[in-house]
Amino acid sequence: MAKNTEDLKQVVDQAIAQQEVPHVKLNKMGPNSVDINRLTKPSKETRQEYWGKGLTYFAIILIIILVVSIIGFVGVHGLATFFGNHVNVFHFLTSTDWDPGDGKNHVGAAAMIVTSFSVTLLAALVATPFAIAVALFMTEYTSQKGAKFLQSVMELLVGIPSVVYGFLGLTIIVPVVRKLFGGTGFGILSATLVLFVMVLPTITSLTVDALKAVPKHFRQASAALGATHWQTIHKVVLRVATPRILTAIIFGMARAFGEALAVQMVIGNAVLMPANLVSPSATLTSQLTSQMGNTVMGTLPNNALWSLALLLLIMALVFNFLVRLVGKKGQK
Amino acid sequence: MHKHFWQKITIILFLALIFLTGCKNNSSKITIVGSSAMQLLAEQAGNDYRLTHPSSNIVVQGGGSGTGLSQVQAGAVEIGTSDVFAETQPGINAQKLRDYRVAVVGIVPIVNKSTGVKNLSMTQLRQIFTGKITNWKQVGGKNETITVINRSKGSGTRSSFESIVLPGVKPIRSQEQDSNGTVKKIVNTTPGTISYISLPYAHDKNIQKLSIDHVKATNSNITTNKWPLWCYEHMYTKGKPNKRTAAFIKYMLGKKVQEDLIPKIGYLSIKEMKVVRDSQNKVVKVGN
Repeated sequence: MAKNTEDLKQVVDQAIAQQEVPHVKLNKMGPNSVDINRLTKPSKETRQEYWGKGLTYFAIILIIILVVSIIGFVGVHGLATFFGNHVNVFHFLTSTDWDPGDGKNHVGAAAMIVTSFSVTLLAALVATPFAIAVALFMTEYTSQKGAKFLQSVMELLVGIPSVVYGFLGLTIIVPVVRKLFGGTGFGILSATLVLFVMVLPTITSLTVDALKAVPKHFRQASAALGATHWQTIHKVVLRVATPRILTAIIFGMARAFGEALAVQMVIGNAVLMPANLVSPSATLTSQLTSQMGNTVMGTLPNNALWSLALLLLIMALVFNFLVRLVGKKGQK
Repeated sequence: MHKHFWQKITIILFLALIFLTGCKNNSSKITIVGSSAMQLLAEQAGNDYRLTHPSSNIVVQGGGSGTGLSQVQAGAVEIGTSDVFAETQPGINAQKLRDYRVAVVGIVPIVNKSTGVKNLSMTQLRQIFTGKITNWKQVGGKNETITVINRSKGSGTRSSFESIVLPGVKPIRSQEQDSNGTVKKIVNTTPGTISYISLPYAHDKNIQKLSIDHVKATNSNITTNKWPLWCYEHMYTKGKPNKRTAAFIKYMLGKKVQEDLIPKIGYLSIKEMKVVRDSQNKVVKVGN
């Protein structure tokens, strides 16, 4: 340390000796008044830097540990059905016989897989036209004020808890479906209608972002060519925004696929292959929520539920992957 | 401003740490987890218990009978509650658990009023739930298709119902609903439906309670097993309970809970029962 100090003093002396035009400030301070300690030790700002960096790293590591352990836990328990209880994976995916309490030959999730996908696709199919129409209205037709108002309405829809949607569905949609289409009213149709309301705000707000991201000069160029407003929307705005609108739809589908409580209340919870849209059936999530309290950890019925959870996790990853894929295509 | 922010964060984290460790060190805590029917009872009993035992700390959670049994077996909680006998649950070693029967709850079949049926024989009930009878006119009601609404597989109510009404046979695949409230609502509004719920929930003019073989679901019929659809509310501990837990269980089996609280909720006191049932559904008269 002492040697370093000496060295530094030497450097300062040398610098003062070498300067051609005398440096006012340096001269005034003189080599002895330079606070070597302050210059060689980390400043307050540097320490802040370390702290800030450390905190973000800590948070990131915590999150990574969390994600890895969640995936690991669901994976270990979900795979135990196949490796511990020797259930055939192919049988699990294709059989409709769901009665895990009766042994390994009665663990077939096909009915739930089919129901989950049909509910998700139908909800997205119904919601998308509405979402695009609302988004177009918000970005192209109404004033700033109107758009803001609609925005807050959409945010309100997002904020309503799913159990409230389920309750509304049970009280209003199910009886109406029963009157119009027969059956008990419980089934894919009711679930679709409930999910429609639930995914609409998700798809709409993301579509609004997509439409807003279309550069203004595209619209201006189109108008300069003599296109009407509607022609511009139809031929330019929607075309340019397509990849991002697709992303919006996939996000909506991910939400529909993972929704449990509201669906469970209106779908009827019968593990049956859906015969039509008004026959009671069950989704992966509804089966999970209604069964998990009634099984004993480590037994086949419990492991089978973990397998359903694993399936949901994999589907979430697939949806994520799709979003990336579509996003990449859009950049080209 | 930044400095203040970090100070606040540090203080909050510190307090959280104290709070969490505080919970951990509190050995007087009794956690009760499991059946939702017991949750209602244990919560109220726990509140009353706290008045006379201010140092006690009783935490009651639901989660279902399966959760209760597996948690108590794992030693994660002091008391696991269940509507079903631990012996009947695969994956549970009942020998390691101690069974305290706290109360009895009746189960009653209910139908939508439109069916026009008020009584069924046990055989008819079995045939409806196995899908052999599909129209209400076959049992003397209106010409209306029967819609069976079962309870969640593995739930206490369903296990008890199946062990008594459907011994050895499998019910048809049908809708399943979780809670008494939802089932009641659905049966109330959907024509042609049949289901079953806990007796305390069934006092409702909008639904039709069924009698079985002309026996009505009343408390006095349950005590003699004349009405066979009932189940125990169990509290299980892993081996011998610790002192505080034992004291609470004693309180649950004591006069105050058994004579005031349990009838108030609509359950039956275990003391009133004139019969005893074991896990194989064998019923013996008390005193024999």
